[in-house]
Amino acid sequence: MSPHQAHFEYLLRLGDNALILGHRLSEWCGHGPILEQDIAMTNIALDQVGQARSILAHAGKVEGKGRDEDKLAYLRDVGEYRNVLLVEQPNEDFAFTIVRQFLFDAFNFHLHEALRSSKDEQLRAIAEKSIKEIAYHLRYSSEWVIRLGDGTEESHRKMQHALNSLWMYTGELTTPDEVDELMLEAGIGASLGRIKPLYDEKVSAILQEATLGQPESGYMQSGGKNGKMHTEHLGYILAEMQFIQRAYPGMEW
Amino acid sequence: MDPKQKALLEQFQARIDAEEKIEPKDWMPDEYRKTLIRQISQHAHSEVVGMLPEGNWISRAPSLRRKVALLAKVQDEAGHGLYLYGAAETLGADREDLIDELHEGKAKYSSIFNYPTLSWADIGAIGWLVDGAAIMNQVMLTRTSYGPYARAMVRICKEESFHQRQGYEILLALCRGAEAQKQMAQDALNRWWWPSLMMFGPSDKDSKHTAQSMRWKIKRKTNDELRQQFVDVTVPQADFLGIEVPDPALKWNEESGHYDFGEINWDEFWQVVSGNGPCNRQRMEARVKAHQEGAWVREAAMAYAEKRSKRREREAKAAIQVA
Repeated sequence: MSPHQAHFEYLLRLGDNALILGHRLSEWCGHGPILEQDIAMTNIALDQVGQARSILAHAGKVEGKGRDEDKLAYLRDVGEYRNVLLVEQPNEDFAFTIVRQFLFDAFNFHLHEALRSSKDEQLRAIAEKSIKEIAYHLRYSSEWVIRLGDGTEESHRKMQHALNSLWMYTGELTTPDEVDELMLEAGIGASLGRIKPLYDEKVSAILQEATLGQPESGYMQSGGKNGKMHTEHLGYILAEMQFIQRAYPGMEW
Repeated sequence: MDPKQKALLEQFQARIDAEEKIEPKDWMPDEYRKTLIRQISQHAHSEVVGMLPEGNWISRAPSLRRKVALLAKVQDEAGHGLYLYGAAETLGADREDLIDELHEGKAKYSSIFNYPTLSWADIGAIGWLVDGAAIMNQVMLTRTSYGPYARAMVRICKEESFHQRQGYEILLALCRGAEAQKQMAQDALNRWWWPSLMMFGPSDKDSKHTAQSMRWKIKRKTNDELRQQFVDVTVPQADFLGIEVPDPALKWNEESGHYDFGEINWDEFWQVVSGNGPCNRQRMEARVKAHQEGAWVREAAMAYAEKRSKRREREAKAAIQVA
């Protein structure tokens, strides 16, 4: 893979993570468990779709084939998406949503901390702007993991179940592959080797405070960020998200 | 009526007539309080139920810019719901009770939200027409006699007029676009026009609350006055878009300086109000489901808060003993 291709791929990963998780959270809008939390989740969704727009626009420029944020979001199929498997998992219930968010935010926070010194100037500026938002997301999801983990018996059970189910999607976050290596060498990307211990530490600390048992590391499923094998959920997200652009091609909205 | 009560009532009316705002701790007639709780909570419910038809298109918005704008808009409606429940609570109502009344079908919300959103153009039409009609009513309410309600309205109006422009801009993009897009816009206007006119409520002669509400300056214009004002403002906007208002009787009247328009289908109006609109059942089911499925979250949050405050108490006691 050429460094140029890796650069594009790397940006797609960042943009797609933000877009798909933002999309998932936006599904809660109007259906939240408490009006205040409806608003808070929509806030996070707004931040994430906003970040996705900046990154995808930049990715399109790096690619240099005239694709803008919307062409990248609306006209790629499942195999061309580069988000991690974790973020495409369904909302299920508030426990799944919060655990998914926390497991992602803890990673995303350290990732963006590192990207603040990227040699890609545009990416650095985006990371600088996003880090405040992501710090808030992490605080929000951490607080809710603790609250629900250490709330009632029922909430504890639901949280533990969500954690056990989603755990196998966390390995992909901090396991480097060719794209990560190339971007680290180029000074554009973050070192996943450095992020991993920080991630593990944050996750352990919050789970402990939440009185939740950390699942055995065990089998980890991957295939999202390299696009080799997404879960079946992504196809439905795209079918819905891309409907208008696919049904009425080439129009301005 | 006993003389003391009569004097209070007279003083109250005098304050209203002098355009003084009534504040939460002031004396007010029970009926005034009840009317306001009913009206404000209906308004709050409308904001929250109104999130559903628009939220229906968040996941399908045709561009990322539109998606962000729609998300932010629907979130604003949730925020309006919150301030309005807050305003109702200043009158001694309890948010939980008000929500229960909605879910039990005892409280009303704006009927317009019982119509379905079938295409992207509907999101434009809701912003333009539904928010446009709401603004007519809400601008009047910024001068309503109850202070907290009037103040909530000032903030809400600013956001609503932004939403209205945003909705109109969606339609403008469609009407300047391909034929299929223009048709989508026309179809949306066809379906949303009459329900928007119905938003102002029954005709003055059939409106049971209007007269007293006008005396107390809760309302400052009648339903029919507001409806006429809406038609007068909106018809030229439709002309500018190049789409046609679905009313063969619509005609500019030189003499009155207003548009004449056709008769509203009041049967449909009363049917939808009484529960037989196209989406009444689905809207309520969605709200009840969100509330029921959120019960364990609310319970856990309370349980955790209690645990934490007990833990703090224990720690404080231990600290004192050590000292």
